Amino acid sequence: MAKVNPRRTPMKEQLPQERRRNFDEVPYGYTPEEAISEAQRCLQCKKPSCVNGCPVQVDIPGFIAQIAQGAFWEAMKIMKRTNVLPAICGRVCPQEIQCEGACILGKKMEPVAIGNLERFIADWEAMQSECVMCEIQPATGKKVAVIGAGPAGLTVAGDLRKLGHDVTIFEALHKPGGVLMYGIPEFRLPKAVVEREVNFLLSMGVRLNLNYVVGKLKTVDDLLEEFDAVFIGTGAGLPLFMNIPGENSLGIYSANEYLTRSNLMKAYLFPRYDTPIVRGRHVAVIGGGNVAMDAARTALRLGTERSILIYRRSRDEMPARAAEIHHAEEEGVEFQLLTNPVRYIVKDDGWVQEVECIRMELGEPDASGRRRPVPIPGSEFRIPVDTVVVAIGNSPNPLIPQTTPGLETTRWGTIVIDPMTGRTTKKGVFAGGDIVTGAATVILAMGAGRVAAQSIEEYLRTGKWDEIKK
Amino acid sequence: MVKILNKQVLATGIKRFELDAPEIAWRAQPGQFVVLRVNEEGERIPLTVADTRPEEGVLVIVFQEVGKSTALLGTLEPGDAIMDLIGPLGKPTEIERFGTVVCVAGGVGTPEIYPVTRALRQAGNKVISIIGFRNKDLILMEEEMRRVSDELIVATDDGSNGNKGLVTDMLQQVIYRGEKIDRCFAVGPVIMMKMVSLLTKKYSIPTIVSLNPIMLDATGMCGVCRVEVGGETKFACVDGPEFDGHKVNFDLLMARLKTYVKEERQAMEIFLKSRNENCRCANRKEK
Repeated sequence: MAKVNPRRTPMKEQLPQERRRNFDEVPYGYTPEEAISEAQRCLQCKKPSCVNGCPVQVDIPGFIAQIAQGAFWEAMKIMKRTNVLPAICGRVCPQEIQCEGACILGKKMEPVAIGNLERFIADWEAMQSECVMCEIQPATGKKVAVIGAGPAGLTVAGDLRKLGHDVTIFEALHKPGGVLMYGIPEFRLPKAVVEREVNFLLSMGVRLNLNYVVGKLKTVDDLLEEFDAVFIGTGAGLPLFMNIPGENSLGIYSANEYLTRSNLMKAYLFPRYDTPIVRGRHVAVIGGGNVAMDAARTALRLGTERSILIYRRSRDEMPARAAEIHHAEEEGVEFQLLTNPVRYIVKDDGWVQEVECIRMELGEPDASGRRRPVPIPGSEFRIPVDTVVVAIGNSPNPLIPQTTPGLETTRWGTIVIDPMTGRTTKKGVFAGGDIVTGAATVILAMGAGRVAAQSIEEYLRTGKWDEIKK
Repeated sequence: MVKILNKQVLATGIKRFELDAPEIAWRAQPGQFVVLRVNEEGERIPLTVADTRPEEGVLVIVFQEVGKSTALLGTLEPGDAIMDLIGPLGKPTEIERFGTVVCVAGGVGTPEIYPVTRALRQAGNKVISIIGFRNKDLILMEEEMRRVSDELIVATDDGSNGNKGLVTDMLQQVIYRGEKIDRCFAVGPVIMMKMVSLLTKKYSIPTIVSLNPIMLDATGMCGVCRVEVGGETKFACVDGPEFDGHKVNFDLLMARLKTYVKEERQAMEIFLKSRNENCRCANRKEK
């Protein structure tokens, strides 16, 4: 066997000093030569552990083997058997804890850059004059409603459509994609990529109703009269605030609002686009997750002088992906770690002027297993700001649970399901993604969609409905 | 795409559209609103449902041209289409037989309170309506409001219709003459709703106001519409838009409405400039 290069083929990217002021995507993607050379590092394990690390069970050695031979079309065919959203997954999955984290090469050297290869093959296909079509089973005559066009809903729709079912997606916003469209910024996931993958689903015959708020126009019960099964993938859309003094003053955003303005409404192109956004000089972002990183990096691109990230624990506890933290730091985001806001100082005209913070230290581990941050008395200090983005998480959107009798929820407002099947407490109704788990990741939502799709298929075929065991 | 079936100019800068929106028309109830987007570059604009004719699939909106987006909307004609329409959103008005109710509206609040007034009347209430405008040329929907009220009082700030005063003056008179008011509804400019609420609080008249904060998605996702009610933060889009007027922090609402004053002015200037340039081109062609 030829000797394996211990280092992966790097993906070229925009330099930090350039990219911090533009919304173009950061990495450029592999050239075909780079992709082939990276693909040749794969050992083609007989029992590939990478596949087990993938929530949607992509045949990773299979598609990589084709890339290694330059057979890109074949590689894409293999990809689409299990994943119809590869351009998205290749960009936003946390591969380091999934497929790449399980790669055997990773024990002694750098694991195969599976995410980069996935992205490459999808982007390569987009450049071709036609695309790889999925095989669609003959029509079954069964109808499925999918509520929410985010990662979970899109996965369910694609899987069930392939099996020959008639699938209709209902989406509340004016664009499909959910968090892929409103949440993740252009420089991490270009909106054209999302549109491309959604259009592929539509070309498979999935129907899409935009601007449709289930719970207001029709309820889940209404849908059950028309459809044989319903999947709820409405996500965790309700922003949390800290409930500290001054938080409703002008210039203080939820991350959802800040990112929705910039991403979905393209406020960064104001006044060409009509939706405005405050272009603050000093922006503070509260939180340490991927969303906080996205907001802090968006602030830079909107022209801020200082983008300050305030997080109450230390770097080790940050829930954001290492790569995102690294990118933010490279671009000049300032980190105020072990720091927590306690109140906002507000000007007479209602605008935020300063954020008062307190220093924290780490105490005993809490329920999450992370060491609990404890305030240090007397350590208060102030940071001048004119814009604040609160990125401390979201809770599930309550609209569907509130309007659906028989659908049981937890005390956090998430929908109760059987995790093996995605079945809810209501017959014919399935759920998955953030509405079940609370705010998590794109790929976990897609994995939940995959599980639900399989059990919806079984239910449609057999009509058998077992109550959830509790 | 949603087609505009009919267009009417009600007063200077105030327009009424009938939209082809059968599904929303069936579901919309008094007090609810819709969000629309004129085109691909457009903002999401929240507007109260002014009326529906479900059998014909018609949804009615009335809007005042206050900025670029509403001005652009106002340039559309019957047969044109708006890109997106979403609704009905928000909680409907609580309609019951309260006894005697007063419906107070200012300016473009009048078309918004109209369906509420009608529903209250149908529920068996004695309805006294008070609508106020800056001058008589701006009076809206007087006949419609008269039809759904037991008594209608129309006031103008300058007295040009023969009845000078603010809506609060008129409300004060109704209270003075000994009318026992069981509930008050107020829709209009924030300052008006604040003054009405202050007045009714003195007389312990339960008062419902319909708030109009800045909104974005309007489905509970972004929190820009947060308002303080009784010291608690609420999202007007999903918890409202109607709240107990005696508990609302109106000053905060007024401040938050000014968040984008600078940007709104900039957008309007660009819009007017491009419209004038287009006009000049048209004139030249005629010559």
